Amino acid sequence: MDTEHLIRTLAADQDWRSRPAGAWLTVGLICAGALSSMIFMMTLRVRPDFMAATHNPFFDLKFAVTLSLAIPAIVVGLRLARPAAPLGWRGWLLVLPVVLLAGGVAVDLSMPQRLSWGARLVGSNSRVCLVAIPALSLPVLAAALVGLRHGAPTRPALAGAVAGLLSAGLAATLYASHCPDDSPLFVATWYTLATALVTAAGALAGARLLRF
Amino acid sequence: MIAIRLRNNVREGANGYVGTQLSGRDSEWTDLMRSADAGDTIAYHRLLKAVTPVMRAATRRGLARAGQPVDQAEDIVQEILLAVHLKRHTWDNTAPFAPWLFAIARNKLIDALRRRGRRVFVNIDDFAEVLPGDPVEDTVPPGEVASHLESLPPRQRDVLQSIAVESASIKETASKLSMSEGAVRVALHRGLASLASRLRGT
Repeated sequence: MDTEHLIRTLAADQDWRSRPAGAWLTVGLICAGALSSMIFMMTLRVRPDFMAATHNPFFDLKFAVTLSLAIPAIVVGLRLARPAAPLGWRGWLLVLPVVLLAGGVAVDLSMPQRLSWGARLVGSNSRVCLVAIPALSLPVLAAALVGLRHGAPTRPALAGAVAGLLSAGLAATLYASHCPDDSPLFVATWYTLATALVTAAGALAGARLLRF
Repeated sequence: MIAIRLRNNVREGANGYVGTQLSGRDSEWTDLMRSADAGDTIAYHRLLKAVTPVMRAATRRGLARAGQPVDQAEDIVQEILLAVHLKRHTWDNTAPFAPWLFAIARNKLIDALRRRGRRVFVNIDDFAEVLPGDPVEDTVPPGEVASHLESLPPRQRDVLQSIAVESASIKETASKLSMSEGAVRVALHRGLASLASRLRGT
C-alpha cells in the first residue's frame, strides 16, 4: 500500500474520536479501587479501634503520606501519556510524600516513647504489610496501565513506574486503615519497601505494555 | 550499550530537525490540526500530506545516522502516520503541533531501529547472496502494511482493502460488502488499530 493511499484511509477514519487517557484512567481506577476495597474488606478489614486511632496524629499521617503519593502520581502519569508535554512543576509533587514522611520520622525520633526506635521500626505487622500492599495494588496497577495505554507514553518504563507508584499509594491507603503500626519509622521502612516492589513491577510491565 | 547509543543518536537527530526546519511550518500545521480536531476532514488530509515529506526526510536521516539503509524509510513513515492518527487525541490543541509530532516520530523511529537492528543481525546470511548484486533503489516500496493486511480478521481486511487499496469511499464500501456505513467505520478503525499493533509486533 503506498503512503498516498494510507493517508487517504486515515483521513476517511478522521471522525473516529478516541476518549482521552484521563477518562479511561478515571473509570479504571474507580472499578479497580472498588475491587481492591472488596478484597480488603473480605480479608484484612479496618482495624477495630479505627475511630479512636484517628485521634493519633501518626495514624492520620499514614493517610496523608499515601494519598500525597497516589494523587500526584495520577497527575504525573497522565502528563507522561502526552508526547512532548513537559512535566514542569508536576514532578516536584512526588517529593511531597517524602517530605511528609521525613517530618513524621523526625518528630517520632524526637519524642520520648514507650518502645525503642528499633522496635517501632520493626513493628508487629511488617510481613502482612509487604504482602498486602502489593496484592491490593495489583488490580489498580492493571487498571492504571490500561488507562495509560490509551495515551501515548513515549517513556513507557517511566510511565509504568509512575503507574506503580499510584497503585501502591492507593493500596497503601486501604492497608493503612488495617495496619496496627502507626510509627512513621514503620511506614518509612515497610510501606516504602512495598511501594518500591510495586513500582519496579510497574516499570517492567510498562516497558512491555505501554509501547505504542 | 549499542541500543542506548542508538537512542541518543536518534534523539539528537530529531531534535536538531525541530530546531532548524520547523519554526515556519509549525503554526500552519497547528492550525490545520486544530481544524481537523473540529471535524474538518480536508484539513486533516492536508496536514497528513504536509507532514509526510518531513517525516520521510527525518526518518532517512535517522536511518543513516544509525548506519541502516535509508531506502527502508517508507515503512517507518507509514508506521509514524498510523501512530499520529491513532494517538492524535493525546495532542493538547493549545500547544504547537510540531513538538508532539516529532515526539511520536522519534518514538516510532527508535522502535523500528531496535526491531530492524535485531532482524538485520539475525538474517544477514539470508540476504548475503541477494544484496550485493542488486542495484539499490532510492526507496524500497513499503511492504509491511500490505503484508500485515493479509493477516487481519476478514471483515477488517475487506474494508481496508476496499478503502485503502481500491480507493472506494465508505459509502461505496458499505454497499459493496453489504454492511451498514457505521459497521464499515468501526471495521476501518479497528483494522487500522490492529495494523498498528501488528507493525509494532505486540
